[in-house]
Formats: sequence, structure tokens, C-alpha cells
Amino acid sequence: MNLKTLLAATALGALMAAPALAQQISVKAGVLNDRSGIYADLSGEGSVIAARLAVEDFKAAEKGIKVEIVSADHQNKPDVGSTITRQWYDQDGVDLILDVPTSSVALAVSQITKDKNKILINSGAGTSDLTGKACSPNTVHWTYDTYALAQGTGGAMVKAGGDSWFFLTADYAFGHSLERDTSAVVTKAGGKVVGAVRTPFPGTDFSSFLLQAQASKAKVIGLANAGGDLTNSVKQASEFGITQGGQKLAGLLTFASDVHALGLQAAQGLVLTESFYWDRDDGTRAFSERFAKLNGGKKPTMVQAGVYSGLLHYLKAVEAAKSKDSAVVMAKMKEMPTDDPLFGKGSIRVNGRKMHSMYLYEVKKPSESKGPWDYYKQIAVLSGEEAFQPLAETGCPLVK
Amino acid sequence: MTDLASSDTPTAAAVAETDDSAARLHRNLFIAIAVLLVVAPFVAYPVFVMKVLCFALFALAFNLLLGYGGLLSFGHAAYFGMASYVSAYTAKNWGLTPELAILLGTAVAALLGLVFGALAIRRQGIYFAMITLALAQMAFFFSLQTPRFTGGEDGIQAVPRGKLLGMISLADDRALYWLVAAIFMGGLLLIYRIIHSPFGQVCKAIRDNEPRAISLGYRASQYKLAVFVLSAGLAGLAGATKAIVFQLASLTDVYWTMSGEVVLMTLVGGLGTVFGPIVGAAVIVAMQNYLAGLGSWVLVVQGVIFVACVLLFREGIVGVIAKWIKKPL
Repeated sequence: MNLKTLLAATALGALMAAPALAQQISVKAGVLNDRSGIYADLSGEGSVIAARLAVEDFKAAEKGIKVEIVSADHQNKPDVGSTITRQWYDQDGVDLILDVPTSSVALAVSQITKDKNKILINSGAGTSDLTGKACSPNTVHWTYDTYALAQGTGGAMVKAGGDSWFFLTADYAFGHSLERDTSAVVTKAGGKVVGAVRTPFPGTDFSSFLLQAQASKAKVIGLANAGGDLTNSVKQASEFGITQGGQKLAGLLTFASDVHALGLQAAQGLVLTESFYWDRDDGTRAFSERFAKLNGGKKPTMVQAGVYSGLLHYLKAVEAAKSKDSAVVMAKMKEMPTDDPLFGKGSIRVNGRKMHSMYLYEVKKPSESKGPWDYYKQIAVLSGEEAFQPLAETGCPLVK
Repeated sequence: MTDLASSDTPTAAAVAETDDSAARLHRNLFIAIAVLLVVAPFVAYPVFVMKVLCFALFALAFNLLLGYGGLLSFGHAAYFGMASYVSAYTAKNWGLTPELAILLGTAVAALLGLVFGALAIRRQGIYFAMITLALAQMAFFFSLQTPRFTGGEDGIQAVPRGKLLGMISLADDRALYWLVAAIFMGGLLLIYRIIHSPFGQVCKAIRDNEPRAISLGYRASQYKLAVFVLSAGLAGLAGATKAIVFQLASLTDVYWTMSGEVVLMTLVGGLGTVFGPIVGAAVIVAMQNYLAGLGSWVLVVQGVIFVACVLLFREGIVGVIAKWIKKPL
């Protein structure tokens, strides 16, 4: 009897252990972003926290998947980012890289990821080239891109009545492309571009340009700039009382972290497009609450939310594929619909573009805000199909 | 100078002896560096070592100008960066083999150095530094405003490493490493030769006392221009090689912070020493790389090291060692 029980127990144990052993997959994820420069608030340590939360919510340990997270600072330098990426892939056994803001670094990392046949889930970078002419079978572009921002801020603004535009454009390729893309969207939606002015980059004094914009009587002043230029121009616009005068300011590449840094007094009335806002529904609020506790009270930005959502989907794909082979997992990721509390239901297109809704927000007046981080009111919602570039137009060689 | 030396024969003999032992020490050091270069890719990560070598060559080129020409250029990023753009562009769009792309990049940097140098050496000290900085910023704006050539802020990406001489594939990190190591060693030997040539002696004389060198009949401005062009060309060689190693060229390389970084490398390693910049470059690049996990602390640590360097050993790491062993390094 005793022996029988023992045998049975051993057999049962062996049976249970066998699949567990077979399923034991260990995954190493690298969060590569800016931890010391201008994008540190947008991505930085917050993205690492988001990745940890994704592992926690996925209950990886119970599912026999061991997940390890490493992180590094690419200092917004492509050569630093590229060395770290190569080292992670060649030596440290990293399977996928997450985040990677700054377009030049993102493009470099995407190229190496393709050469080494690993996976890049990009959340931080804006360039739509990642899913366009520089697209890669190993890259998913998760959170946003400049095309979607132009669609959101340009198209939805015109529909909401802002049909005449004046651009304040940072005088370099990025600013030019933001202006060009948004102008095209505005004109297509039936709006009119009444003028544009190029501002030296990087700039500190925008007063003469803002006066020009004010004098143009355009309903919307499009800010085709980012970072320091954006904060400076918004602050100075508020000093001139531009939004109080009835004109709208539209930030073409503006994040919640910028609004937080500016404060409501300066940023009020600014219109911008994001794919995630912490206070959108119960799901985002619950996540953001947990996140803020770990991140010194700061709510997640869309880039950090994208890291969470991207890693979660990757882990689901690994679980479904029972493998971490890049090609197999990538096929699963593109095959399975995406679903999580932060971005809702979505999918990944063949060129690596993650599809989800984008939202047009307006920054509240200080009097409307009910507390810290209560910044946005929603003006419009764009479905993924409306927001992101149609596949045929992307110029991505993967699209047949 | 000869007068002084011959009037004091014992000292002259002693000087000759230290010179001799220094030369022997240098020869041994070169052998040690060569051995290190051979061992390095097996111990450390090859791509990282290649990065160190590129920056070390850059710092060596800069040190040639500052340490031996006495000219503080604050715009060396221009030659480094433009050469990396030229090399990346020609390798990618014209399909040049890597050695041709690197040579072309170097040539463009030397040419740029000739133009910028001819303008800048008319002034001295801080004015010289400011003029080089201003000219380098012009190169930066050129890069920023010509996305068709430089790719704007996305840079030139996916540069093919190609085949050396059209035969040897450099796709493998190890193969590429030997090329980079050879370029580095060649650059180092060339710089060593320049410093210890009669030309180098005159440069040092001009550095120490320009009016006196002029009074002795040397055309100081021609010497200064020559050393400037050499330095720019070698900086270009480093930049062009880096573009092939990382398969990209970006605005980081032409931005003024890169000019600052090379000053930092040279100062930390030891200004006016032959081997100092190599150590300095290794220290700074290693910090950028291995402290990357520390996040925002990288800059703080870099700052602390710089402050400590200035306060504790102003001659730089190698400079201090040279003082201990009482031999020039």
C-alpha cells in the first residue's frame, strides 16, 4: 500500500513535472531608453517600472516563463545605443528590446535587431519610417508615430472647427516633416494653411514669430517643434495671451510629461494627440494608480504605457507559441489580436504597426482641473484605421 | 639651443641617455599595445573595443594639435562628423568599398581642416578656440539642414560594412576588428613619428614660444596650418572608421558636445603625452557604456571624475605616471 502510494505519487509527480519542465522558457527583455536627458521623463525609469508591472500582471512565474528585465541609458546617441544593443544581443542573451525613444537611435536599433533576428517593440520613437521605408519583420512600432499625430491633431482639429492654420516650425528636417504632414492633413480635411514661419533650432526667443502667428488671425497655431522649443514657445504664447485671445495652440509632438513640466497655467488650451491618458477609464486609472506608487507619484506617459502593453502582448505570444524563437513569436504577435486595459483591443499589421485608437485632447484651464495630474479633456477619438497610415501608402517592402 | 647644450656637455649626455631609455620604453610600450590589441577581442566585446579604438584615434589626433601644436580647437567634431557622413554616404549610396569610403572621408576632413585651419590660425588662444567652434557649428548646421545628404536627425542608417578590397567580408565583428586595429595602430605610429620628427620639434618650439620660433626663421603659421590639417585628417580617419563600424553616421558626431568630449578624453588621459589620449578615451567610453545601466548617474559620475582629475592630477592619468617614472610618455 505504502509502496503503491509512493509509486503513484512519483508517477504523478513526474507527469506534472514533465510539462512544467518543457514549458520553462526564460526570456530576457532589455529596456533601452533615455534615462538622463530630455526624454527621461517621457520614458526613463518609468518604462522599466511599466515593464515590471507587465511581468507581474502576466503572472509569468505561474506560467513557467521566467522573465528578466535589464535596462540601460542610450543617452540619445545612436552609437551608444547601437553598442549596447549589439552587446545585449551578442553577449547578454537579451531576446527583445523595448521602448527606444529618439528616432536616430530607434532606426539603428531596429536595423541591428533585424540583422541579429531578435525583436524590437518600439514605444518611444516617433518616426513613421520604422513601419515605412525602414520597416523590418523584427520590429513592432507600438504607441504612436508622427503620421498618427498629424492625423489626430490636424484632421480632428479641422473637424472640430479649427479650419485655418499657421505653423511655427523648428527649422530642421524633423520640424519640416511635421509641418508638411500636418499641412497635408489639414488641407485634405478641408482646412486652410494661411502661413508658416521657420524658427531657428534650437530657439529660445519666439516672441516675434508668435506675434506673426497672432497677426495671421489663423484659428489654430500649429507648433511643429519638440522638447525645449515646444516648452519655450508655449510659455511665451501664454505670456502673449494667445489662447485667451481665441486662437488655439496645437502641439504636433507633445506629451503628458511636457504638459506636466509646463504646468496648467502656461499649457492651458493646448491641443494635442496621444494614444493613452491615465484618466481615460477605470482600467487606465487602476494601472496608473499602481504605477504612480512605484514612480514617485508620477502618472504614466503613453510611452511608458506602451512598454507595458507591448511586453504583455509579447509574453502572451511566447505563452501561445511555447517558444521564444523570434520568427515564431513575431508571427504569433501579428496573428493574435492585442487586448489590454491600457490601449483596449487592437492588432499588429504586417509592417509592424500596432493599431489602436488615438485621442485628441485639450489641456484644461487651471480652474477646471480637479487635482494634480488632472490635465486633459477629450475632444475627439480616432480609430486606428483613421489615425495610422494606410498600408499601401507606407512604402514598406513587407507589404505585398 | 645648440649653443646652450654644447656649453654643458655632461647634461647633454644625460639628456641623450634619458632620450635613449625613453625611446626604448616607448618601443616596449608599442609592443605592449600591439599585444593588447591582439588579445582584446578575445577578452572584451569586440564592438566595444572598436569604439574605444575609434575614439582613442580621435583623441590622439586632437592631442597632436593641442598637446604638440599648442592650439586648442573646440571644433574637432566637425572633421570627425563630416568624415563619418562622407564615409557612410559613399559606402551606402555609391557602393564604395570600406577602405575607399574611409579614405574619402579622411580626405574630406583634411580638406575641411585646411579651409577652417587657414581661417582660424590667424588668431590665438581663446579667439582661436571660438573661431574653430563657430566653424564647427556651421558644419553642424549644414548637416542639420541637408537631410538629403545627412538624413537630418535620423542620420545615415544601415550603412553596409561591405568587403575590404572587394574581397574580405567585414560583416563579422572579428574581421572588422582587425581592420580597425590596423587603422588605429597606423594612426598611432604616424602621430608618434610626426611628434618626434624635426617638424614635430618645430611645432613644439612654436607651442612654447612662438615669437622666438619666428625670430629663428620658422614660418610659424605654415607649421600651425600643417599640424592643423594633419590633426583634422586623423580625426576624420577616426570618424570615417566609426561610421563603418557602427553602420551609421548621425548628428551626435558633429555636435559641439563631441568636441567637448574629445577635450575631456585628452585631459583625463594626459595632455601632451603620446599615450594619454588612448587611456582617456578608454576611460570615457567605458563609462558611457558600462555605466549606462545607472541612468542619470552617468553624467554625475562623469562630472565627478572630471573634477577629481582637475583637482588631483592635472597632468592626466598618463601624465602623472610619466612624472613618477620621470620619463616622457
